[in-house]
Amino acid sequence: MIAIVDYGVGNLFSLVSSLKKVGAETVVTSDRAVIERADKIILPGVGAFADAARKLRESGLGDVIKEQAAQGKPLMGVCLGMQMLFEKSYEYGCHEGLGLLRGDVVPMKGYIDEKLKIPHIGWNALRFVKDNPLFKHIKEGDYVYFVHSYFVSGCEDSLIADTEYGKPLTAAVAKGNVYGCQFHPEKSGDVGLKILQAFCEL
Amino acid sequence: MITKRIIPCLDVKDGRVVKGVNFEGLREVASPVDLAKYYSSCGADELVFYDITASAEGRALFTDVLREAARSVFIPLTVGGGIRSVADFERVLSCGADKVSVNSGAIANPSIVKEAAQKYGNQCVVISADIKRVNGAFHVFAKGGREDTGLEAVSWIKRCVDEGAGEVVVNSMDTDGVKKGFDIELLKAVCAAVDVPVIASGGAGSIADFVTLFKEIPDIDAGLAASVFHFGEIAIADLKKELAKNGIPSRI
Repeated sequence: MIAIVDYGVGNLFSLVSSLKKVGAETVVTSDRAVIERADKIILPGVGAFADAARKLRESGLGDVIKEQAAQGKPLMGVCLGMQMLFEKSYEYGCHEGLGLLRGDVVPMKGYIDEKLKIPHIGWNALRFVKDNPLFKHIKEGDYVYFVHSYFVSGCEDSLIADTEYGKPLTAAVAKGNVYGCQFHPEKSGDVGLKILQAFCEL
Repeated sequence: MITKRIIPCLDVKDGRVVKGVNFEGLREVASPVDLAKYYSSCGADELVFYDITASAEGRALFTDVLREAARSVFIPLTVGGGIRSVADFERVLSCGADKVSVNSGAIANPSIVKEAAQKYGNQCVVISADIKRVNGAFHVFAKGGREDTGLEAVSWIKRCVDEGAGEVVVNSMDTDGVKKGFDIELLKAVCAAVDVPVIASGGAGSIADFVTLFKEIPDIDAGLAASVFHFGEIAIADLKKELAKNGIPSRI
C-alpha cells in the first residue's frame, strides 16, 4: 500500500490514477496511522512552497514523514513535494523544508538565460547523473513533463538526473530510501508510468 | 532541450467529439475518451478538451468524460469552455484537468484570471483568445467567435498574463478552418508581447504548416489543431518525425 500524503495542496486525481494503472494500491490520507502502516509514501504538491511547508508543519505530517523516512520507508516527493524534501526554499522569502536531503530551492530567474521562458513548461529529456533503480525501466534521453519556476540547487550528493534548459536543472534525486522527481511522472506518459512502477517495485 | 508540443484539441458536446469548421456546421467524430487514448499513444504531448455544451446535462456528461480520460491518459489535460468562475476551475480540476483555459469568462469577468492564478498557480491558468482582424486591427471575439468585443487582442492578452495567466492559446479566426497555415503575423505579435508559453491555433492544414510555424517563430511553444488530426489528414507520429528532421526539438 502506498500512502499519498494529502495535506491540502494540489490535485491528486492523476497521481492516484497513474499508480492504479501500474497496479499499485494507494490510499490518499492525512492520517498518521495510515502513513505509518503504508509500505511506501508519496509526497505530492503543486503551488507555493511557503504555503505547502506551513501545511505540512501545522498538520504534523511533516514530522510523520521525517520519522518514517528515518526508519527506512521508501519516500518519493513529486514536483513541489520533491522540493519539500530539501533544507530551504528561496521562493518569496526563505522557508524551511523537511531537510531530508541537502540542497536549496532557488529561482530559475537569474540562473537560466533570460530569453528562456519561466516557468519551464513542457517535455524535456532526462540526462542520468547516477544509476538508480528508479530508472530501471527507462533510458537516458527519455522525455518527461515539467512545470516549475524554481529548482533545487546544491544537491550534488543526491542528484541522479538533470535536464537541459539553457543550463542543467535538477530533474530527479535519490539518497538512500528518499527519492524525488521535479517533473510529473503521472503526466509523463509511458516513461512516467515506468518510473512509478520502478518506485512501486523498490 | 525543451520540445515543441503538439496538441490535439477535442471539442466535446454532450459527451461526444465535434469539430466546427469556422465555428459552424458541427460534425461528430468519436468518443472523446477513445480519441484521447489514441492521441496519447500516437505521441500527442498534451490534450485540450473544449466543452461546447450549454446545458447542465451536457456539462455533467463532460465531467464524466474528463474523469474517464484522466483515468486512462497520462499526459497533461487542459480543459476549456464554460469557465466563468473559480468554482468552474475547481469543478474541472477535481475531475483530473491540469490546466484550465478561460476565454469568454475572462472577458466578462477579468478578475477570474487573477483569482484563479492565486488559488491554483499561474501554471494552471491558460488564457485563450479567439482573434480576428477588424479594419486592420486584431480584435478579441467572445462567445465562440460570435461577438466582437472591440478589445485589441495583443494588449488584452498582455493584460491577462500580467494578471497571472501562465500560458496563452492564440486562435486566429481568420485562418481557422482554412487549412492554409497558422497566422504567423498575429502569433509573432503575441510572442513579442508576452514571456509565457504561447500555443498557436487555427489554420493547420499540413505537416509543412507546423514546420513553418516553428521555423518562423522560434518563441512559439506549441501547435494546436483539431480536424486535421481527427480526420487522419496528419498523423502525429509523421508530424513529429518531420519536425525532428527539420531540426525542431520534438518528443518522439
